[in-house]
Amino acid sequence: MHAKALTWWTILRICLEERLVYRGDFALGTLMRFLPIITQIFLWGSIFTAVKGDIAGYNYHDFIAYYLLSMVGRAFSSMPGLASGISRDIRDGTVKKFLIQPIDMVGFLFLMRVAHKLVYYGVALAPFALVFYLCRGFFPPMPDGATIAAFVLSLVMAFMLGYFLEAAIGLYGFWFLEINSLMWIYMLFNFFFSGHMFPLDMLPPPFSYIVQLQPLQYLAYFPAAVWLGKIEGAALRQGLWLELFWVIFFFLLCRFAYSRGVRRYSGFGG
Amino acid sequence: MKSFARYGQVFATFARNSLVRDMSFRANFIIETISVVSWIVMNLGFYELIFQYTDTLGYNTGWGKYQFFIFFATTTLISGIVEAFFMYNAEEFSELIRTGNLDFALLKPMDTQFLVSLQRIDWSSLSSAAIGVILLVVSLWRLDAAGELSLTLLQVALYPIYVLSGVAIFYSLMIAMAATSVWLGRNQSLQQFWFYITIFARYPEEIYTGPAGTPKKWLGWGLRGVFTFIIPVLVAVNVPARMMAMPFSDQHWKIVLFAIAATAFSLWLSRQVFKMALSSYRSASS
Repeated sequence: MHAKALTWWTILRICLEERLVYRGDFALGTLMRFLPIITQIFLWGSIFTAVKGDIAGYNYHDFIAYYLLSMVGRAFSSMPGLASGISRDIRDGTVKKFLIQPIDMVGFLFLMRVAHKLVYYGVALAPFALVFYLCRGFFPPMPDGATIAAFVLSLVMAFMLGYFLEAAIGLYGFWFLEINSLMWIYMLFNFFFSGHMFPLDMLPPPFSYIVQLQPLQYLAYFPAAVWLGKIEGAALRQGLWLELFWVIFFFLLCRFAYSRGVRRYSGFGG
Repeated sequence: MKSFARYGQVFATFARNSLVRDMSFRANFIIETISVVSWIVMNLGFYELIFQYTDTLGYNTGWGKYQFFIFFATTTLISGIVEAFFMYNAEEFSELIRTGNLDFALLKPMDTQFLVSLQRIDWSSLSSAAIGVILLVVSLWRLDAAGELSLTLLQVALYPIYVLSGVAIFYSLMIAMAATSVWLGRNQSLQQFWFYITIFARYPEEIYTGPAGTPKKWLGWGLRGVFTFIIPVLVAVNVPARMMAMPFSDQHWKIVLFAIAATAFSLWLSRQVFKMALSSYRSASS
């Protein structure tokens, strides 16, 4: 038990050190990612000069707060390079090292992501704090403790969901060596159905119910809507349970795909 | 004249080769086309959604639903052309500099910028341009049906010219940015940077300086100024889109004239940057 914990701790530490090498690039990249928010501020500002009242329960300030909060959700759920990395490892044979070492690939990469994210938050905290401070006027008053707890819980699960979802796509590489085009389509759907583009409850009735069942909503929309108090009480509890369901679903899918994939896999050369 | 024909021939060969290449990976081509199309459809869905809640994009700006769809069609058309002809090549140019393979382009008895800029055509991106044209026609037709269309022949004639000027502005920016790899060694974030800059061109300039109630005035005017006069991406789409969407009397003629100057200047400047980059180029190994 102790030895195992030590192994995983070592892995985490190595990954942390590896990640810290590019901290300057990281911080700048994070700040750049907020640029589209500027257009959003002006776009919605302009829209609301012609709209009386609110849109689907969101007023102008809610919209901006929503976009900023969805960035927080994405900071937890987005896994840049995960799926393409896994499929590349399968294609070029690097995956072999996981087959001969007593380390589980999905678990190892999970820890690597945890390390990646920890470093990311450490470095990204400053740009995030700066932007949120500049935009503080857009936010409603702080929600109560229970809402904040639900928000944090939804973020942690968003991380796990994002990880297992993308890892499952990457493991697809055992069957189709090239998954770039699949990734493209996934990213497109992700952009739209995670709520990165607009709050999902803006959609008219039949669609608004459908989008609130699918897993992608948890990657950006759900945490933001929770913080803004758009999802409360029973709906909030249901939402969190459904999120847990999707996490477990994709976790099992990963295990299944990996065990089947390894059986299919054949490595050549030295 | 003779050299002009020769350049035309070389371009035709590039186009043919790219098509052959694209057609050898047919499934990939189809998937790429589908994703280009779905990206546009999703954006269109988003705008459609916005116009469910409002009639115009901002109070009294004149950008109603179909006027804005003309704007979006123009964005799609221009970025489709830019992506089809220059995006891949600009990225490849950075790579050529890094690997030293630019030597081969320098050795050829042709203009290097021409060679580097047009070597490969991404045919699947042209579907974006095609959808832009379709959307434009449909929007014009719907505006006409609503009795809101007033186009003069001059406007119709100027539209393609200004679309090309928009393409030229974007191209200049792109090739100049790619050329900086000579000094930076590598420019991997080109595409990312591109995305962040062109994001400012995707909406009518009026949103930056709307009437009272909108965000900070100085910031709006600042952005509008910078992206009109320093990096003229706002001009690139706004001028042709307005030319088609708004009546003759509502054209901002000063900006229309300025756009020509901005295009000429952008092209000239990017040519200078390109030449400077070439003179600083020091190949790689042997």
